[in-house]
Amino acid sequence: MGIIDKLHKEFESRVRLGIMSILMVNDWVDFTEMKSLLDITDGNLASHSSALEKAHYVEVKKEFVGKKPRTSYRVTNTGRIVFTSHLNALEKLFKS
Amino acid sequence: MKLIFNFVFQSTLYMNQKHQEDLSHIRSMMERSSRFISLSGLSGVFAGISALLGGGYAFQLAKDNGINLLDGTNDVYRPELIKQLVVVGFFIFVFALFFGILFTVRKSQKNKLAIWTSATKKLLLNLTIPLFVGGVFCLALIHHHLFVLVAPSTLVFYGLALINAEKYTLSDIKYLGIFQALLGCIALFFLGSGFLFWMIGFGVLHVLYGLILYNKYK
Repeated sequence: MGIIDKLHKEFESRVRLGIMSILMVNDWVDFTEMKSLLDITDGNLASHSSALEKAHYVEVKKEFVGKKPRTSYRVTNTGRIVFTSHLNALEKLFKS
Repeated sequence: MKLIFNFVFQSTLYMNQKHQEDLSHIRSMMERSSRFISLSGLSGVFAGISALLGGGYAFQLAKDNGINLLDGTNDVYRPELIKQLVVVGFFIFVFALFFGILFTVRKSQKNKLAIWTSATKKLLLNLTIPLFVGGVFCLALIHHHLFVLVAPSTLVFYGLALINAEKYTLSDIKYLGIFQALLGCIALFFLGSGFLFWMIGFGVLHVLYGLILYNKYK
């Protein structure tokens, strides 16, 4: 049971896994690029990213480039630690 | 009892499969977002062919001027010939670049991957910086009439540029880089044979590398 406890509920959805994976290996990633990498809709990305923001795993930056608003994401320290432990737990499942 | 056991067994099996898929999804997302993976092997093959054809033309050009580029002697080139060789080199570069972009764009369209991502920009930046420095270096060599050093220097800088770009694309590219840089270093000790080394590096190695890459990621 110990291992299962470490699998975090927040990462159950494929989209959230994708967002976290991308942010683990990049610095700031903007909304449009994230959307095209994951191949999902605006609404889908917005709802999942705001859930991750609420959990303090992801940091959101909103700014204006000219007249267009741009939203970018970055993983927080907490997010990095929690996602790493989630990955380790997943890997342990297959070793045992 | 048996029913419950069966249910537990089945759901564990299902969860296992889901977690396995999660892991491969994570790996692919990490790679796709940080590396430019659409680089086509055919781009390498055609870059090599451009170099071989251009090299053949340059050889002919030199021969018309009474110089055998393959005899291993350290000829003094006339400035006129050098100008022509630089033009040939420029056309080789344009052709190689054109085919490189063509096949790579086609591959990314086939795999439905975005082409102008931050990974692409990072790859281009990290390729361009050493190449630009190398280009200036070679222009300076030409300026000082140190022509024999140009071919080895292009190999060395190109090799270093590829090794530098390794982090942002298919990492196989570093082996090509190591071989090019090594070839350049050897060529520095056989100054009269620069042309031969240049043909092996930019021609033969590109074709070989392209074919290997093409077969590996078909």
